[in-house]
Amino acid sequence: MAGETQTVSEYIVHHLTNLTYGKLPAGYERYDGSVVGEGGAWVMAHGGEEAAAMGFNAIHVDSMAWSIGLGILFCWLFRRMAVKATSGVPSGMLNAVEMIVDFVDGTVRDTFHGRNKLVAPLALTIFVWVFLMNLMDLIPVDLIPHTMMLLGVDYHKIVPSTDPNITMGMAVGVFILMLYYSIKVKGFGFVKELTLNPFNHWVFIPVNLFMEVVGLLAKPFSLGLRLFGNMYAGEMIFILIAALFSAGLAWAVPAGLLQIGWAIFHILVITLQAFIFMVLTIVYLSMAHEDH
Amino acid sequence: MNINLTLIGQMVAFVCFVVFCMKYVWPPLLAAMQEREKKIADGLAAADRANHDLELAKEKAVERLKEAKGEAAGIIDSANKRASQIVEEAKQAATVEADRVKASAQAEIEQETNRAREQLRAQVAALSLAGAEKVLGKSIDKSVHAELVDQLASEL
Repeated sequence: MAGETQTVSEYIVHHLTNLTYGKLPAGYERYDGSVVGEGGAWVMAHGGEEAAAMGFNAIHVDSMAWSIGLGILFCWLFRRMAVKATSGVPSGMLNAVEMIVDFVDGTVRDTFHGRNKLVAPLALTIFVWVFLMNLMDLIPVDLIPHTMMLLGVDYHKIVPSTDPNITMGMAVGVFILMLYYSIKVKGFGFVKELTLNPFNHWVFIPVNLFMEVVGLLAKPFSLGLRLFGNMYAGEMIFILIAALFSAGLAWAVPAGLLQIGWAIFHILVITLQAFIFMVLTIVYLSMAHEDH
Repeated sequence: MNINLTLIGQMVAFVCFVVFCMKYVWPPLLAAMQEREKKIADGLAAADRANHDLELAKEKAVERLKEAKGEAAGIIDSANKRASQIVEEAKQAATVEADRVKASAQAEIEQETNRAREQLRAQVAALSLAGAEKVLGKSIDKSVHAELVDQLASEL
């Protein structure tokens, strides 16, 4: 919560800053006045400015930790259920896991008509992992960052999918798979698709190539940025509502109600976004497999 | 909102989790689910078959019952017939027996009558002889007239 020493905008910025570990360039003057020596230095960034100065040579420790942690949770849970699964009567957690698997399997069957052993597990991983990452949005915004602050960690952002690095990382992974299967399935046909569509004449090759490449690149960008945008906006609203609490006791009740209302609505959003990411991945891969 | 090494890190993690899922999660789960699906389908098919069998058995039972009823009716019929036949036979036998008894009785009666008549005749002969003897007064030779009287008696 915005304390006495923090303005609302500071509070919001604090919530939107990742815990960053990276390499500061040589000659950078740090927050405490010390100057980074020759060859730069790998340090924890203190605030957004330092993180920005690090450029590409930085890693968001909180995003990575939560993302990998949730991925491991997914793998552990599903692996345990996979070991437990028999053809007998399923029960408890196994039922839920099988329901998800069946749902993903059905979606893949409906959308993807080629033969590929990778697509279904890929879709399952994306769906559950993205859902879990989005689910972090429902944890009260101050709970973990504030706890971490008390433990001495200045910045902490617990929703990995509000970090464009995370969503784009997955989107780029999907994009690489798309390129790989396009070339594998279509071979030279892929080049033809890029150059002779939509105007089937050699004169139009540059025009076609431009349009097709833009269309192709739009896919991973829309995939990654859609998830990021939705989750970022949702998180932002949670933070803004939380900031209301600092406006005095009179605001506490409406803010609390708003928080609950938005959280309930957000349950829909996080599930929907996970589902959309999964379906679009399947559709894109399906398109990569289609030979015209 | 800087693009940095996190992107690469996430890609690597993504690949690792997908590979793990593809190797260790998806195949056993799907295999178990498909096996169960097959088991359930088999069970349903077996239940259907059992139902069908039951239907057939019911039909067969009804048929058997009908057959048995027919057979029973036949048996009762023939038994009835046999019974009436026996009664008829008994009746006939009884009539014959009655006739026989009647005939023998009649024969006996006749015999008795004849004997009585013989006796009567002999007595009549003796009486008439005795009467005649009394009428004629000892003049009649018994032996001479006996033949005559006998003849007379036989004419009675």
